[in-house]
Amino acid sequence: MPIDYYLNIAASGLLTGLVYGLAALGLSVIFGVVRVVNFAHGEMMVAGMYGAVLLGGYAGLDPLLAAPLVAAVLFGCGWLLQRGLVNRFVERPEHMQFILLLGIATILVNGMLMLFGPDARNVAVPYSFDTVEVGPLLLDAVRLRAGAAAIIVAAALFAFFRFSRTGTAIRACADNPLGARVVGLNIDGLYALTFGIGAGVVGIAGALMTLLVDARPQLAPEYTLLSFIIVIVGGLGSLPGALLGGVLIGVSEALAGFLLMPSLKSLFSYGVLIVVLLLRPQGLLGKRS
Amino acid sequence: MSGGFKDNGMRWGLGLTGRGAALLVVAAVALAVAPFVADRYLLSVLTTVLWFAYVGQAWNVMMGFSGLLSLGHALYVGLGAYVSAALFVHYGIGPWAGLVPAVLVAVAAGCIIGFLGFRFGVKGVHFALLTIAFAEVARVGFDHITWLGGSGGFFLPVEAGASDPLNLRGSPTLFYYVVLALVLGALALSRVLLHSRLGYQWLAVREEPDAAEASGVDLFHARMTAVAVSSALTALGGVFQAFYFNNLFPEQAFSMGRSIEIILPAIVGGIGTLVGPILGAFILTPLGEALTFVIETGGLDLPGLKQLFYGLALVVIVVFRPEGVWPWLARRLGLVRQPGEGA
Repeated sequence: MPIDYYLNIAASGLLTGLVYGLAALGLSVIFGVVRVVNFAHGEMMVAGMYGAVLLGGYAGLDPLLAAPLVAAVLFGCGWLLQRGLVNRFVERPEHMQFILLLGIATILVNGMLMLFGPDARNVAVPYSFDTVEVGPLLLDAVRLRAGAAAIIVAAALFAFFRFSRTGTAIRACADNPLGARVVGLNIDGLYALTFGIGAGVVGIAGALMTLLVDARPQLAPEYTLLSFIIVIVGGLGSLPGALLGGVLIGVSEALAGFLLMPSLKSLFSYGVLIVVLLLRPQGLLGKRS
Repeated sequence: MSGGFKDNGMRWGLGLTGRGAALLVVAAVALAVAPFVADRYLLSVLTTVLWFAYVGQAWNVMMGFSGLLSLGHALYVGLGAYVSAALFVHYGIGPWAGLVPAVLVAVAAGCIIGFLGFRFGVKGVHFALLTIAFAEVARVGFDHITWLGGSGGFFLPVEAGASDPLNLRGSPTLFYYVVLALVLGALALSRVLLHSRLGYQWLAVREEPDAAEASGVDLFHARMTAVAVSSALTALGGVFQAFYFNNLFPEQAFSMGRSIEIILPAIVGGIGTLVGPILGAFILTPLGEALTFVIETGGLDLPGLKQLFYGLALVVIVVFRPEGVWPWLARRLGLVRQPGEGA
């Protein structure tokens, strides 16, 4: 077996992993700032997938063009969710927050099951079977585009948090909520904004994912767990960690799927999760609390 | 995890007033004679209600008494079910003997999770995720065990009209009384445990782990026993489920959705209370069944409606009655003694 073969698989895993990483970035942003663990994250991602499927089916939009629209809708939903419900739970015990978001996740996944049925839905794009030659590698055009889009969105997100005034204010909230309040920041507003951003980002990841996978409601809990795994592997609250974790999981899933059985590839991620939880609970790039 | 529970006196025991005790007796008698008056459908609904009450009680030992949030309890149901079913199908060992290895396997799994979690200091959301991860590993793993049917499902032989209580084969009435006994047994066990030395340690660990440890409670031991008791009870529920439904699928048995169904009764009825999980199951399951019934008679088939309703119930309860229905109802109807009213 030539080494090129493995390189090819690793490269496609890396591109898929970038989309995973983008989804996990949304989870990490919400946790890092609002300190609430979004158990409905995969459900929001699949909602993003269905958004792209609908826009593709009725308006003929490419998922790459549908992504901004999907992001806008999910941003609004996330904002409302934080304003209306989650905000009251910020000071409540952890298990209450989990139960609230598990309830929301259950509503979302079964709502989608009722609306769209259990069958897989996809978006047809003209370049779905194209391949691109990059040096010794032969990559799927869909994967290349999805991965590139994920990098662009992640870069925009980093820039927003690093350079914009609002982004700086959100980081201030994350570092020291009390201090942020003292200097006059509107914490509740910034929390809602952050939840909206997290939901929007995972919505984009969902839209991009439709290029690679058909939308099914059953994917939702899997993506929730996958996002958790990535975020924990990378370090809860660390944004570069989420992206790195996504790439690691993407590559290892691709290789495991090839070397073992495709249906066993998720087992590998859970194994990674268990090992990281035990040996380095703060994650690869996380700081010990 | 601490700080979420109010000490309002009624959690330590049933602490019922005369009216509360009378109501409990009426309920017990009604449940005891139900098979003589209820038709087949109603009896099957009651059996489902009692099954969820039972696994809810089992989950409550970990979350309610000891503050350990497990979101992977489907693992213990699935292990109990698969082990007992495999022994019966492959070796002809009946469930009354088979439940011993079934429980042991589930307890071993629980102890592995507990040992890893507590020794390595995995807390909060990380512990919850650890429990989910193990359930998921089992789900994917059992999909590939051809000896147990794999993803195609594992089936127990069914003989029409068989009556063999020694192998837990028989009429719906038999299953109804078995699950009723499980619920009453779990209630009695929970009551005894809560008033034991161990139970007080659990509550101390739940409320203030650091203070409990400082006053000499072995945190590791207290938490491990909670996991062991909870996983053992849950596995018995799995044995019952295997022989009641006669079919097992990894996608259902170990699914996240099943784990959520297990936590529902206690959350709706009241986490950490003795009556809560039972009341929660009696509220939720009939409502879910009624909803499905109405929709199906309307000629509609909407898979997911019942689960959607359960999700809504979770949100409504956690927003408006975070302590659960039972503590509130018991106060309103004067079923329990109020603190300071004298023992």
